[in-house]
Order: sequence, then C-alpha cells, then structure tokens
Amino acid sequence: MIEVKNLYKSFGKLEVLKGISETIQDQEVVCVIGPSGSGKSTFLRCLNLLEEPTSGVIMVDGVEITDKKNDVNKIRENMGMVFQRFNLFPHMTVLDNITLAPMKVKGMDKAKAEAQAMELLRKVGLIEKAQVYPDNLSGGQQQRVAIARALAMNPDIMLFDEPTSALDPEMVGEVLNVIRDLAKEGMTMVIVTHEMGFAREVADRVLFIDGGNVLEQGTPQELFGNPQQERTKNFLAKVL
Amino acid sequence: MNNFGYHFWTVMPRLWGGATITIKITAIAVCIGMVIGMVMALSKLSKIWPLRIVSNIYIECLRGTPLYVQILLFHFGVPGLINSMDGVSGFHFNVMTTAIVVCSLNSGAYIAEIFRSGIQSIDKGQMEAARSLGMNHKKAMQYIILPQAVKRVIPPLCNEFIVLLKDTSLLAVIGVTEIMKVGQIYTSTSYAPFPAYIGVACVYLILTFTISRVVHYVEVKWNMSSN
Repeated sequence: MIEVKNLYKSFGKLEVLKGISETIQDQEVVCVIGPSGSGKSTFLRCLNLLEEPTSGVIMVDGVEITDKKNDVNKIRENMGMVFQRFNLFPHMTVLDNITLAPMKVKGMDKAKAEAQAMELLRKVGLIEKAQVYPDNLSGGQQQRVAIARALAMNPDIMLFDEPTSALDPEMVGEVLNVIRDLAKEGMTMVIVTHEMGFAREVADRVLFIDGGNVLEQGTPQELFGNPQQERTKNFLAKVL
Repeated sequence: MNNFGYHFWTVMPRLWGGATITIKITAIAVCIGMVIGMVMALSKLSKIWPLRIVSNIYIECLRGTPLYVQILLFHFGVPGLINSMDGVSGFHFNVMTTAIVVCSLNSGAYIAEIFRSGIQSIDKGQMEAARSLGMNHKKAMQYIILPQAVKRVIPPLCNEFIVLLKDTSLLAVIGVTEIMKVGQIYTSTSYAPFPAYIGVACVYLILTFTISRVVHYVEVKWNMSSN
C-alpha cells in the first residue's frame, strides 16, 4: 500500500506538485492521466524517490520512505519502474540486463538469476532475444525487456512512466498486453499514460492530475463516463 | 647536406635508445595519470563539496600552467626551497623521479577532465534505471555508468597519450636523456642539426603513429564485440 500525504515538489521556483494526498491499495491498478506538464510524471517519480519531494510524507507498506533514516535502495528493490525511454543498459545483452540487479543487489547466484530471466523473457514473449544487445531490438521489444528487468527484482509494486509514449503506434499493443497480464496477476501498479482506452480497460481507478493537483478521480466509468470538473471534461474532449 | 645520410643513420640508433626512456616515462605517467584522473573526475562529480574544491584546484592549476614551468619548479624550485631550510643541504630529485612525478600529475589533470566529460555524457536515464532497480550509487557507477564511459573516452585518451609523449621532449631541459636530449647532444658534437632533428622528428612520428593505429584497432575490435 502506498500512502501519500501532502506531497509538494518544486524545481527551483517552479512548483510542480501542490499538495497531493492519495492512497493506493494493494493490488490496485491506478492510471494517472492529465495534460503535459501537469506533474503526473513527477508524482510517479516521487513515489520511488527518483525525485526528492520538497515536502510531504510517502509511506510504502507502512515504511516512511521520505524519512532519510530509511534505506532508499531497500525500498526501491520492492518497486519496479518502467521508463518512457526504456533505459536498457546498451553495453549488456538482454539476459545480462535482466540478471544484473538480482545478482548484484540481492546476491542471487548466476544460474538461478538466468533461469528466472529466461522465465520472464518467456512471459514477455522474447525468449529468443536473450543474447541480443538492446540496440538490435525494436522499441516495443526494448520496453518489454525493460518490464522483465524490473520484474526480475520481484517487486510488489510497479511504476510505469508513459511506457508507450516513445513507441511507434504498431508496437503499443504488445507492451500494453504485457502490462494487462500483470494487472490480471494482481500486481499493484501506478501507470502514467496517454492511452485512454487502455486506462479505461485496465484501471481500477483513474486520477486526473492538472496543475500539480489531483483534480478529479474515480473508477474509469465515473471519470470517463461522467466527469464532474469542467477541466476534466475539456481534457477528455480533446484526447478521446 | 652531402653528409645527411651519414649523420641521419648515425644518430638514429642513439635516438632509439632515447626512445626507450621516452616510452617508459610516458607509459608510467599515463598509467598513474589515469588513476589520478579517475579519482579527480569522481571527486569533481561528488556531492561532497571539499572533494569538489580539491579536484577543481588541482585540475585548474595543472592545466593552467605550462608543463615546462612545472618541470623546472619541481626539479629546481622544490629542492631549492627544502635546502633553504635550516640544517638541510644537498637535497635533490633524481631526473627520472621528476619526469614521472611531473608528467603523471600533469596528464592526471587532463585525463580527469576526459573522464568527467565521459561520465557526464552518459544519458541520465541510465543512472535512474540502475537506481530504480535498487542499486546504490557506487554499484550503478561500477556496472552501468563507468563501463559505458570508458569506451567513449578512448579516442580523447589516445589523444592525451600522444600529446604527453610529445611533451616529454621538454624533459631535455633537466637532462633526461630521452629522444630530444639525445638529438641535442648529437647536434652539439656533430654540428649537424638538420639530420639530427629530422631523425628526432621521425622517431616521434613513428611512435605516435603506432599508438594511434593500435588504439584504432582496439576501438574497432571493441565495437564489433558489443554495442
């Protein structure tokens, strides 16, 4: 469970998050939508402290991660993250990309890490690409490897930062399929996305963020079917 | 001019003797310089401000003054200062000590900047991805950032290697019998500066050309083996 209380984040004088409070339950799939520059990616990146909040409290499974006394690396082991630009390690094969963190962070032995990696590659449909370097994969394939890499740490929570925004349109589906499967398995997920159809289908709850605040939230039926705020209506009218 | 061939072929074997000294100084100085450079580059990028200040002062001072001045200051200035103290006399550095210390410190400053820019040229998403997997900063540097940076710094590092090799000719001023000094000695006894210095130039050219070919070969090989 993730509990966010009064989260503020400023970059210099620019205040990006203006006091967000939110609770994400175990096994809940939350999609975050909103216009560019609204703070939705910053919100996500605060959840695993890639951005350090200016103020506010974030609790993950009862541990206050914003407390500097707690080891941020331990917390991150439990939260996988998938980036818009994939960020695979280009100097390593697909297999090494996936086995690195389990071996170097968790001390898992090589044979076990590789067996697990192959299992994950099978899951994302890329078992034949184990020995390939990331540069030789399409965007969609790279993103599926990135998901496998994050899953290799066996996290309870997955964060997705616009996972399909850098993809060619015909590759969006293959990545969304993998995320959809994770949702069915009961993974707790926070997904920042521009894919409204996908959000409607997969989310338990949708947050609409604009101007650094959660302006409106609800089930996909409520938010997409019957938005209350004028701002939400305008946004949805443009993107749907 | 009619004696060109005679002088050229007489000085050449002696110059090769000098070349072994030049190569030795350059090789040792580059190795030590890389260690210094890596430490200074990481210090300059560190969150700890005293480290940043120390590395900045080091880099600015060593890059901002001529190697020639550094050689004279270290070889004559420092012993002079020490000998001016009460009860001390006759203190001096061996010329090879000066050569290696000064060249290492000097190339360390340039190599630090090469490493720093190499590290900073790696997309910051790489560090974020590594950290998001639970790696601490040190592991992320060790497994993700530095291996990628090392490949990018090979061309500028090769350049620095060649520059340093040529700059060791300045060590002639304190009497290190490297290539340049050997050429000077030959000129002073034979009165044949043209063949002697053509010989000196040829030896430097052969050495630098060899280095750049070897590095080029390594680069190509490396690019084929991985991305």
